[in-house]
Amino acid sequence: MTAKEILSLTAVQLGKKIKDGEVTSVEAVKAVLDQIKAMEPLLNSFVTIEEEKALEQAEEVQKRIEAGELTGPLAGVPVAVKDNICIDGMKTTCSSKILWDFVPTYTATAVENLKRSGAVILGKTNMDEFAMGSTTETSAYGATRNPWNPDHVPGGSSGGSCAAVAAAECFYALGSDTGGSIRQPASFCGVTGLKPTYGTISRYGLIAYGSSLDQIGPVAKDVTDCAAVLEVLASHDEKDSTSVERKDCDFTEALRDDVKGMRIGIPADYLGEGLDLEVREAVLKAARILEEKGAILETFDLGMVEYAIPAYYVIASAEASSNLSRFDGVKYGYRAKEYDGLHGMYKKSRSQGFGPEVKRRIMLGSFVLSSGYYDAYYLKALKTKALIKKAFDEAFSKYDVILGPASPSTAPKLGESLSDPLKMYLGDIYTISVNLAGLPGLTVPCGKDSKGLPIGVQFIGDCFKEKNIIRAGFAFEQNRSYEMPQMAADAMAGKEEK
Amino acid sequence: MSKQYETVIGLEVHVELATKTKIFCACSTEFGGAPNTHTCPVCTGMPGSLPVLNKQVVEYALAVGLAVNCQINQYCKFDRKNYFYPDNPQNYQISQLYLPICHDGHVEIDTPAGKKKIGIHEIHMEEDAGKLIHDEWEDCSLVDYNRSGVPLIEIVSEPDMRSGDEVIAYLEKLRLIIQYLGASDCKLQEGSMRADVNLSVREAGSSELGTRTEMKNLNSFKAIARAIEGERKRQIELIEEGKPVVQETRRWDDNKESSYAMRSKEDARDYRYFPDPDLPPVVISDEWIGNIKSRQPELRTEKMARYQEEFKLSEYDADIITGSKHMADIFEAVTAICGKAKEAANWLMVEAMRLLKEHDMDPEEMTFSAENLAKLIHLVDNGTINRTVGKEVFEKIFAENIDPEQYVEEKGLRVVNDEEELRRVIEGIVSANPQSVEDYHSGKEKAFGFLVGQTMRSMKGKADPGAVNRILKELLG
Repeated sequence: MTAKEILSLTAVQLGKKIKDGEVTSVEAVKAVLDQIKAMEPLLNSFVTIEEEKALEQAEEVQKRIEAGELTGPLAGVPVAVKDNICIDGMKTTCSSKILWDFVPTYTATAVENLKRSGAVILGKTNMDEFAMGSTTETSAYGATRNPWNPDHVPGGSSGGSCAAVAAAECFYALGSDTGGSIRQPASFCGVTGLKPTYGTISRYGLIAYGSSLDQIGPVAKDVTDCAAVLEVLASHDEKDSTSVERKDCDFTEALRDDVKGMRIGIPADYLGEGLDLEVREAVLKAARILEEKGAILETFDLGMVEYAIPAYYVIASAEASSNLSRFDGVKYGYRAKEYDGLHGMYKKSRSQGFGPEVKRRIMLGSFVLSSGYYDAYYLKALKTKALIKKAFDEAFSKYDVILGPASPSTAPKLGESLSDPLKMYLGDIYTISVNLAGLPGLTVPCGKDSKGLPIGVQFIGDCFKEKNIIRAGFAFEQNRSYEMPQMAADAMAGKEEK
Repeated sequence: MSKQYETVIGLEVHVELATKTKIFCACSTEFGGAPNTHTCPVCTGMPGSLPVLNKQVVEYALAVGLAVNCQINQYCKFDRKNYFYPDNPQNYQISQLYLPICHDGHVEIDTPAGKKKIGIHEIHMEEDAGKLIHDEWEDCSLVDYNRSGVPLIEIVSEPDMRSGDEVIAYLEKLRLIIQYLGASDCKLQEGSMRADVNLSVREAGSSELGTRTEMKNLNSFKAIARAIEGERKRQIELIEEGKPVVQETRRWDDNKESSYAMRSKEDARDYRYFPDPDLPPVVISDEWIGNIKSRQPELRTEKMARYQEEFKLSEYDADIITGSKHMADIFEAVTAICGKAKEAANWLMVEAMRLLKEHDMDPEEMTFSAENLAKLIHLVDNGTINRTVGKEVFEKIFAENIDPEQYVEEKGLRVVNDEEELRRVIEGIVSANPQSVEDYHSGKEKAFGFLVGQTMRSMKGKADPGAVNRILKELLG
């Protein structure tokens, strides 16, 4: 197979070809490393690339596949991991200066699960610093650019993972989603991203941002890949007390092109003011395709939508202010060069080590937890969270799946969002409440705007009902073929000519 | 001092639980060990690590709470207490503020005025911090995280105590209950039990509380008593001089017998407590509580009653022996081996207590084995050695845990039962002490005792006292 042929495959397709002996894991890794070399100067999707380790792993995995020890659908397939997920011996920075040299001595359970299935890890992908942001511009290691148009952002915070998948720099990637950090950049980059029900994938080894909202999830070229990867990632983990024991993790079982009788609700509150008309059009078109396939569509009022953003920023920031207090220059990571005493060291190391968005959220979180403000902000936000969950519970008593946009617009230009953080926060409106309610959400590409930027449709399921959204997403994507950004295709074409 | 003052004291007692592993990870809680060897990503607060609650911690906390008559929060939660300090690897301590596991209990103490209830406001579970070592020579600080994550319970009393004596009685009571439950060894010196004293004074008869101070660094009951006395005096002096008592935390220096201010209320930290999102609420079922209750070991009062009933000990003896869990354990083990409860009690009550006092030791520090004391009792009982020699042997057992059988043989301490040899020695004593013989005949009983003593001394204590008495009487006519 040519490099271009290899790189055009989905993860599951590649896994099958490796198993069938049509291509080796080493060939796939080499192809993808070449693509990384071609794309990285333009995109900056990666913070760390482990070329040698990846080739070594590929050789080992290939042997085990040939020996019949590894038989899973993803054995030998190269993957990229978001830089907030710990891997033993591999630099893990959260795209922050404060962890510039941090090398964990342990591996996240999600990555252990991947390794057990024969995944080959290429390196760590860029992200908004500590997953705080919607553009991957807050990274201390430079912004990642959108492969569809490098003047635009890839979204965030898993912008590196989504851009890398879109640009064929890997076959799938791990992201993390606290308020939309998988689904929104997947939508901006024209790839598929899934955030499972809270507790489905172990958080052990995921560097926490908002612990009660964080979930790891897959980013891939299609729904089939996402389901297959999720099947590998989901596990009950004794090392994570919030991990849930599930018996229904055979997610690929739901890959059926059948939505007959599926009840799909479209929240009217998701289609109103602030939503880009082209996005609205594309999302409604996706809904109509499912209707044609036999789904029952209905528009309804979800409610509570306007409260999701303030509740989210209070809860996530409160948790973050505490979670990030361990980065103090004492044990690992960045320490200021000159300082006066212990408190001077804390202050200087943290002032110099954290970027402005992280500082903003630490200050916000510290404020809402302060005595005298706790009840008014933090407790009220928790109550709001409970009401949002209740609104979804009511909706899911009527619908199997909720359908809507993933983001009010397509990817903005670089630099547009950072100047107005409030506007950036409002961009999370369709994804955030899913985290507050602990629900699963899936974004699937559904078209492009007039600027040629991808648009994603989001499917939201009830808790533990990933199979419903996988089925809806799979049925929908049967109507379209995977589209690769021109830039990525050109890089491959260039190689063919040589 | 013209006015009468009343001292009002409440205690915060930290107790290190006797679990094998830490509260949120599987690392060993063993004391000592090279620095940072009992650690893992969790108890060193590495990014991405997560706490998992050790169930045994909940069981111990429940057992203590039930034993001190607490209500149980059957839905309890862990909260994060946020503050920056290098001994605290995450810069927050996982503790309980909003829903502590136990609340509203009490223990009863004995006071000169009779029994008194001391209220327990709450008991909560939390993790211990690491240890900072300041190297003055190198001008740097080092951290040892071996202790980080060792489970603690904090027992917060109501301000119900009025004197140092009441405080000591309360602490003794708590310590015994916890030791009997096996929840902790409660060693103040090693820090497995630590008490902070909250103290205020007010004019006698006043119903309003005065301004309180909190005193830390109290490593023994004696230090606690001294610190209370010192702080009481300091506050009364301030009041008498018309100066305000400042609400602050003070550190007691037991060598200087004075305290100094660590931080005042103005510098009080805002800990920004909030529920720890990494730990789901602990739901405690009725069944679980029932289970803990049914597994509750015999506590002191029950043990005292049983000793009187089963072993026919006096109330006084039973009280002293059960006054230390370790002493009671030895007593029961010795009795089980030799079947002589009264003898076992006597050795512990008289000889052991004397030696403890002499060496200024706690009963917990006795290290001899029950087997050796049982052997000693047997040796005395079957007449192999007499009681005087027995005391000497006991001292050896107490100090070095020697095997008494071996020791008696090696030192030749067996009672001499050779009638002729004994008669020869006594004849010698009688002829060497004519004055005493005369005194005896003139009715001075003391003289007889003197002659017995002389005989025993000459026999190096190995003679059978019964035989000495009989032969001596015979010779004196």
